[in-house]
Amino acid sequence: MKLLKYKFIYFAISLIILIPGTISLVKNGLKLSIDFTGGTLLEITSAKIDKAELEKYATLVQKSSDNTYVLRTHEMDNSQKEKLLAELKSKYDDVVETRFETVGPVVGKELTQKAFMAMGVASLMIIAYIAWSFRHVPKPYSSWKFGVSAVVALLHDALVVVGIFSIFGAVWHVEIDSLFVTAVLTVIGFSVHDTIVVFDRVRENLPKMPKNTFEEVVDFSLSETLVRSLNTSLTAILTLVVLLLFGGESIRWFVAALLIGIVSGTYSSIFNAAPILSIWESRSLAR
Amino acid sequence: MKLKLLLILSVLAFAVYANLPPGLTNKYFRFPRDLSLRMGLDLQGGVHLVYQADTSKLADADKASAVESTKANIERRINSLGVSEPLIQIAKSGTDSRIIVELAGISDINQAISLIGQTAQLEFRESKVATPSAQTDFKTTNLSGADLQRATVQFQNGKSSVGLQFSTDGAKKFAEITKRNVGRPLAIFLDDQMIMNPPLVSNAITDGQAVITGNFTVEEAKRLVINLNAGALPLPIKIIEQRNVGATLGAESIQKSLFAGAVGLVVVCLFMIANYGLKGVLADLALGLYVLITLTLVRLVPITLTLAGIAGVILSIGMAVDANILIFERIKEEIAWGRPKKAAVELGFHRAWNSIKDSNMSSLITAGILFWFGTGSVRGFALTLALGIAVSLFSAITVTKTLLDLFYNRSK
Repeated sequence: MKLLKYKFIYFAISLIILIPGTISLVKNGLKLSIDFTGGTLLEITSAKIDKAELEKYATLVQKSSDNTYVLRTHEMDNSQKEKLLAELKSKYDDVVETRFETVGPVVGKELTQKAFMAMGVASLMIIAYIAWSFRHVPKPYSSWKFGVSAVVALLHDALVVVGIFSIFGAVWHVEIDSLFVTAVLTVIGFSVHDTIVVFDRVRENLPKMPKNTFEEVVDFSLSETLVRSLNTSLTAILTLVVLLLFGGESIRWFVAALLIGIVSGTYSSIFNAAPILSIWESRSLAR
Repeated sequence: MKLKLLLILSVLAFAVYANLPPGLTNKYFRFPRDLSLRMGLDLQGGVHLVYQADTSKLADADKASAVESTKANIERRINSLGVSEPLIQIAKSGTDSRIIVELAGISDINQAISLIGQTAQLEFRESKVATPSAQTDFKTTNLSGADLQRATVQFQNGKSSVGLQFSTDGAKKFAEITKRNVGRPLAIFLDDQMIMNPPLVSNAITDGQAVITGNFTVEEAKRLVINLNAGALPLPIKIIEQRNVGATLGAESIQKSLFAGAVGLVVVCLFMIANYGLKGVLADLALGLYVLITLTLVRLVPITLTLAGIAGVILSIGMAVDANILIFERIKEEIAWGRPKKAAVELGFHRAWNSIKDSNMSSLITAGILFWFGTGSVRGFALTLALGIAVSLFSAITVTKTLLDLFYNRSK
């Protein structure tokens, strides 16, 4: 199989997926939940209430299902919330509070910082680990390039998920919360799985194939490991699809983020990480 | 080989024991600890509170112990509420000290919040003038709630009141104050509010006993007693995050997750059999053991299960067979390269190890970072992830290998 012959087509496919998400990210940004922005979320049910009436009290009102309304307001404490509820109940006797969440601005700012930190630290540690673990690749190849190529692929996956969720946010008002960050970090961890399977085979084949070019070795390793890369991802994808179908409403978007990320991770391991490594190592050889 | 088989069988026996309903197994042997699954807030409803403790007025050296005793104090107050397994922990964030409180399955959240937040600063104040007319006419004495030994609810003339017993030191102070205030009123303040008409001191009280006869209902008297006995909070605290979760979604979500888990397990098992035949069946047996062991560890650690955590466990079912797939594919290759079957199995396990080790290490790294990043449910998810990785290495490698050896030795 000459998989690498079409490497620029693979990059083009990645771009086609990435560009709409990135445009949406620039234009619409992400719909951040109160986890990040701070503020208050109050969910009530009432058959009698009128949405326009609620809008007087909140900065944003969404009707989620039949008689359920989600109110977003500036930060309210428990007693302020009780006052608001009492006021609503005096007008509409069937108002019931179903959820109340309030997050101080400090907490929100910290979460944002921590999310970026976590992404950065995870990327650096994975580069370092792969560079260390692949330190025996024969000269003149550099194990750092293996590490960086793997991380380029995983950043690709993170960007795919974030971009698609920016579109989801614009279309379906899907919010980004701390669970979303959890999903992206998990995707990062498992995206590297497949990449390592391919890279491990490259490492094994390099001494066996001294007469071949680096690209040929990568190509050969890719076709050898293709089935197992797909199979290991498929088992994870299968369980996630089942969860998406039967797992219930509350974690649906969390599962969706994981699913998109793991599909992207499978693609990027085979069609991004390996070609990037091949181009990079071949370039530095030519020089 | 015999030893490994013995190890696997005993692990299996314990896992089966731990996951059977306790009513069934307690007759024969009772495990020293309760092994029932712990449900997180999102599964049984409740409230998650984050308090910021104000340590700005303390010297650096005293901060840690003040936060620690504030936590102990909150703990005492919550225990009086009778919540089962409350979670109270200190979280540091930069220079800020926070106290996280999670109360699961609680019915009256407002009552809990006001009980936790009350400072219950009890003070005795003496009058500055002969006939005081306002709260400002009183000045602080050296006697406070800290001098209390015990407060009790008492009933006088059908009304509830609060009886106070001072410590030896407090009794001395009380005696001095009453001595110098004979014929004058002595006011009792709680959180800067006068709680009753100041009684006139008729003569010096030396036995260290006093009674507060405010206009209390029995409930109010009880709560005041709880607060006085718990003592004042050493630090002012403020809620900076609150999440109330209704319990209605919980039961339904558990049902759905369990169903999804079962379907996921069956699908993965079928996938393995379809791809790897007999070896797939053995991997499925190992996967069954994986699920049992993971559940047992969740009970043992214990890890509080949240919806995200359950999703993590289900996802890990799909991940746990990864090592099997890598090994089986390698065995296929070795056979294709002309190795005899037995040698191919050995080599398959041996040579797949490198990629298994490296890929699982990268997942452990992210699980570690997730644990650092998150609190509560995110931590639970990270823990189940890390546990899953460790257990899957045992099930996919040790267990599958032993089963394969067993099978090939038999068939010879």
